[in-house]
Amino acid sequence: MLSWLFSVATFAGIYALLALGINVIWGMGGMINLGMAGFFALGAYASALATGAGALPIPIGLALAAGLAALAGGLLCRLTLRLRGDYLAIVTLGFSELIRLIAANEIWMTNGSDGISGIPGPWRAELSPFQFNMLSCALVTLAVLIVWAMTERLRRSPWGRALRAIRDDDTAAAVAGKPITRFKVQAFALGAAILGLAGAFYAHYTSYIAPDIFRPLITIYIFLALTAGGTGNSTGAVVGAIAVVAVLEGSRFLEGWVSVLGGVEKAALREIVIGVALIAIMQLRPRGLLPETPPGPFLKRKDT
Amino acid sequence: MLDLLPQFLVNGIITGALLAVPAIGFTAIFAVLRFPNFAVASHATVGAFAGFVANVTFGLPAIPSLMFAFLIAGLVGLVSDEIALKPLRKYGALTTAIASIALTIVLENIVRFFFGNDLRGYDLPLVRDIRFGDIRVNPQQLENMALAVVIMIAVFAALKFTRMGKAMRAVADNPGLADLKGIDAVMVGRVVAFVGMGLVGVGGMLFGLGTSIDPLTGFRFILPIFAAAVVGGLGSIPGAVLGAMIVGIGEEMSALVLEPAYKSAVGFFAIVLVLTFRPRGLLGERAY
Repeated sequence: MLSWLFSVATFAGIYALLALGINVIWGMGGMINLGMAGFFALGAYASALATGAGALPIPIGLALAAGLAALAGGLLCRLTLRLRGDYLAIVTLGFSELIRLIAANEIWMTNGSDGISGIPGPWRAELSPFQFNMLSCALVTLAVLIVWAMTERLRRSPWGRALRAIRDDDTAAAVAGKPITRFKVQAFALGAAILGLAGAFYAHYTSYIAPDIFRPLITIYIFLALTAGGTGNSTGAVVGAIAVVAVLEGSRFLEGWVSVLGGVEKAALREIVIGVALIAIMQLRPRGLLPETPPGPFLKRKDT
Repeated sequence: MLDLLPQFLVNGIITGALLAVPAIGFTAIFAVLRFPNFAVASHATVGAFAGFVANVTFGLPAIPSLMFAFLIAGLVGLVSDEIALKPLRKYGALTTAIASIALTIVLENIVRFFFGNDLRGYDLPLVRDIRFGDIRVNPQQLENMALAVVIMIAVFAALKFTRMGKAMRAVADNPGLADLKGIDAVMVGRVVAFVGMGLVGVGGMLFGLGTSIDPLTGFRFILPIFAAAVVGGLGSIPGAVLGAMIVGIGEEMSALVLEPAYKSAVGFFAIVLVLTFRPRGLLGERAY
């Protein structure tokens, strides 16, 4: 039971990292990334291949995952920067489908739709499964804390302030002399790096990845987490992610009640509930349960 | 390999014509409602399954089944837009786009709930390929292409000659001015949601006729639909047709240099190329 809780907490941590990454891009930067699953997959595959086939140590795998995702994110963002946000939405969604296509077809590298198994985890061989779950939980929690502290710090920095100004009105920010292009590309690349890092954690914790894991559904989970918690708010992102994982895991207990349904129907029902929940929260609480508050002791203004 | 070129070209034109139908739907919704509606994926699936029910369960032939697919996908499009997406439009195009992905997941899983994940095929008479010299064409494909062309002509005629078509172009062109002239933008929005998603549903079934369908049918060709719309100019209906032809022919021609599995990646690269060199698309963003 305790081991299962640690496992759930690890997944919650990975979701929290994803929500923090999306929060930098969408919440702080106002840019849309519907290809979140693609960056998540890119990080997972990069680290799995580097540490598995490449036999590199795991920290290097994590760094590679974050770096590659940042590079891809920066390029996509740069490509669509002078256009309206709609194009970024289409391009990022296309990107995630492309990544899935490559993962499913470059069999020599990714083992195709069978996926990669036996991805090394930290001291997996030396530890019992219980100890491994505990260690993973601790490591992922530590990563969430670091990323949370970093994004909170950034949000309060001049960089974060300028980014928020660009999000709310990029013409005004440009008139004020802010280099919009640089800010947006940096924010997108930073957010993508966090998504890639989350992918690497996922790969090393579960030891198995396959193209089907990185479906657009996971993007919806994270947008639900972020919207529920409060867009633009790092604490809200973490709280929202924990809530989403709690609901997803909790729904397993309810499955006993609907035992007349087969596995496919149950899975379908769960996804329907998640989708409806996202739309409902967006309509009823558009600013989330923990709305963004403009930070800083010098910046007192009425909540808009 | 090069001797296959004429065959690939013919396949490409057929694919392009089929692709144009849902691409028109997607781009028309964008032109009037001003957001990329990612729910096209699930509406293609809904149309494909509605056509399946008409064709296999009720035993109707292909053309009435396609009409049924249009009707059901259109109705689902209208109702789901009213309930889920319309209240969110005031928060901006991107928020609505996120909700449209959630909507696509919901609708796709409703289909999965009732039909499961199994592959299904339509009940059509088997016919032998027709040969023109070295080129082989299946009569079913030719019929599908003819249907796609008829649908396109009907859409263009409706836009050009009917009051609603003119109103739609006016709203797409300049919502403020259209409002001044007393055009009811909400009503136009409803008609576009119905017709647009109906066309997407027909597209889903047209593609299914050639292969088989499952709940992920729609997601599989979402990339080429976006690519067709972006290449031609997002929101431009003739652009969607031109873009669909380019993407269709590009996909089939890619067989010369790429593995067939990467066909759908052609759409992504077409988007990247066009955004780099001609960001507004080939025909710009005017609706008509």
